[in-house]
Amino acid sequence: MIRFFLGKILWLIPTLIGITIVAFGFVRVLPGDPVLLMAGERGLSPERYAELTHQLGFDRPIWVQYGEFLWRVLHGDLGNSLVTHRPVLHEFLTLFPATLELAFCAMFLAIVIGVPVGVIAAIKRGSWFDQVSMTTALVGYSMPIFWWGLLLIILFSGVLHWTPVSGRISLMYYFPNGTNFMIWDAIASGQKGALSSALSHLILPSIVLATIPLAVIARQTRSAMLEVLGEDYVRTARAKGMPPRRVIGIHALRNAMIPVVTTIGLQVGMLMAGAILTETIFSWPGIGKWMVDSISRRDYPSVQGGLLMIAVIVMVVNLIVDLLYGLINPRIRHR
Amino acid sequence: MADTTLTPGTRRAQLAEFWFYFSENRGAVIALVVFALILFAAIAAPLLAGHGPDVQFRDTLLAKPMTGNAHGHFWLGTDAIGRDILSRLLFGARYSLFVGFFVVVLALSVGVILGLLAGWFGGWIDTVIMRVMDVILAFPSLLLALVFVAILGPGLINAMIAIAIVYQPHFARLTRAAVLGERSKDYVMAAQVAGAGNMRLMFRTVLPNCLAPLIVQGTMSFSNAILDVAALGFLGMGAQPPTPEWGTMLSEAREFILRAWWVVTFPGLAILITVLAINLMGDGLRDALDPKLKRS
Repeated sequence: MIRFFLGKILWLIPTLIGITIVAFGFVRVLPGDPVLLMAGERGLSPERYAELTHQLGFDRPIWVQYGEFLWRVLHGDLGNSLVTHRPVLHEFLTLFPATLELAFCAMFLAIVIGVPVGVIAAIKRGSWFDQVSMTTALVGYSMPIFWWGLLLIILFSGVLHWTPVSGRISLMYYFPNGTNFMIWDAIASGQKGALSSALSHLILPSIVLATIPLAVIARQTRSAMLEVLGEDYVRTARAKGMPPRRVIGIHALRNAMIPVVTTIGLQVGMLMAGAILTETIFSWPGIGKWMVDSISRRDYPSVQGGLLMIAVIVMVVNLIVDLLYGLINPRIRHR
Repeated sequence: MADTTLTPGTRRAQLAEFWFYFSENRGAVIALVVFALILFAAIAAPLLAGHGPDVQFRDTLLAKPMTGNAHGHFWLGTDAIGRDILSRLLFGARYSLFVGFFVVVLALSVGVILGLLAGWFGGWIDTVIMRVMDVILAFPSLLLALVFVAILGPGLINAMIAIAIVYQPHFARLTRAAVLGERSKDYVMAAQVAGAGNMRLMFRTVLPNCLAPLIVQGTMSFSNAILDVAALGFLGMGAQPPTPEWGTMLSEAREFILRAWWVVTFPGLAILITVLAINLMGDGLRDALDPKLKRS
């Protein structure tokens, strides 16, 4: 068991090194002078230019530069943003709770709806429920979510006036020492109406971000369930007179969940890509919008730091899923 | 070896069998018809469109759908600077289909070559190639594509190259896995004994037997590429105005969403219908090419 875990973790080291090389190399392959790009200053005097070159380390051999970059990253130094002049890591950590809250709600919706729909569709294979839900899932899977978000805004904010168009909470509420997890802050502050304001801001972005994972999970659950329902041990359980509810709950569902857990894990990378679009549409102040803004503002230290952090987070989540997979599926662990 | 045993007769029989299973899936057949219509619209856009895609009717701004005036009919209305939306959508179909095709061809050819090399030679070649693929897959695809566009500069061609780079690891992995499965089979051994060189073994003996999963992945990438290029256009990093690319059209329409629903609705609907048709066809292809996967 420990060997399985250690093996998985060691296997990641080359990928991790590759990720740092991509983040390091990114600034150096950009068109233009990297010193000017990273300093974000224009019209430099030759003295200032030489000083900056030395300060940023561009006058040293490339492998020394990479070593220094790695050393700084390991010490939590991702450089300073060219726009706000604050440390990139600080910016990232301030905005990350917003993305995490959104992603968590979206994933919650996707699993809570997707798994039961997939199970029922598989049990009632060929029924109208199966056909309607799987057609809907395919439409959801094909959805351009940036357009879907705009449609929801037109309907729920423009026509019905049920939800706000953008942001995380009404401007009436402010939490000076908050955690940046708006739901939590709203509850902890005890202010009347704060929680409902936070939830009403969260609902549309969550639906939009949940759309594709929901469709994928529903489809995957259905096919995993169908496969399991055809197995001998399910037939045996049925033949010996076990009530259908127990056959499905105990024998089928548990085994069908194994591939579904992997699918859910794989959605985390998709969720980050979706967050870029969802946050842009709803002006949600999270990592996705920050990355898009940083790219269009040419704030390259922020892009570099963000790229590194996001890749590491996705990798760590995938590792956790892998380990979880080993935990629930002993066949993998002992191979 | 494998390529000498196929006679035209068996090929026709294979095609008939393929069509038999594909046509069992009613959704896939409807999708094929829809896709053919979109393809026709793209090719015949100059004949079908009532107006040029960039012609501005300054006295007909944000006209509602089904409006008709001295300039002619605007079936789907006009946008904020008076361009006919239907005409722009018809010309936009060209971009979307071209994007999907280009990305798949580029990602497939690079991915297949890398996967073949990794699977066939193994050893350090395999390790290096697959580690690089792992690194690319560690980044969310749209984010990496955005970064590549930042490096290459915004524009449709650069967006397509960026997306192809992000997609090719999927093809490389699939090809490698298929090659590993085929490499030790008797027919490959026989070809090797008969004196076939590495190139012939890789491309003519093994590759044709690895095609089924690649075709299925190809259709999925085709639809995803259309979505991702539209997303890049929406973020202002893909095709640049006034190109009538569907994502770029949506991006231009954003500020009018609460005033003119049609400016936003139709480009998105065009993307959805196209992507849905391709995905449905993909489902049918999978049923027909990989019988053990779905038919139970």
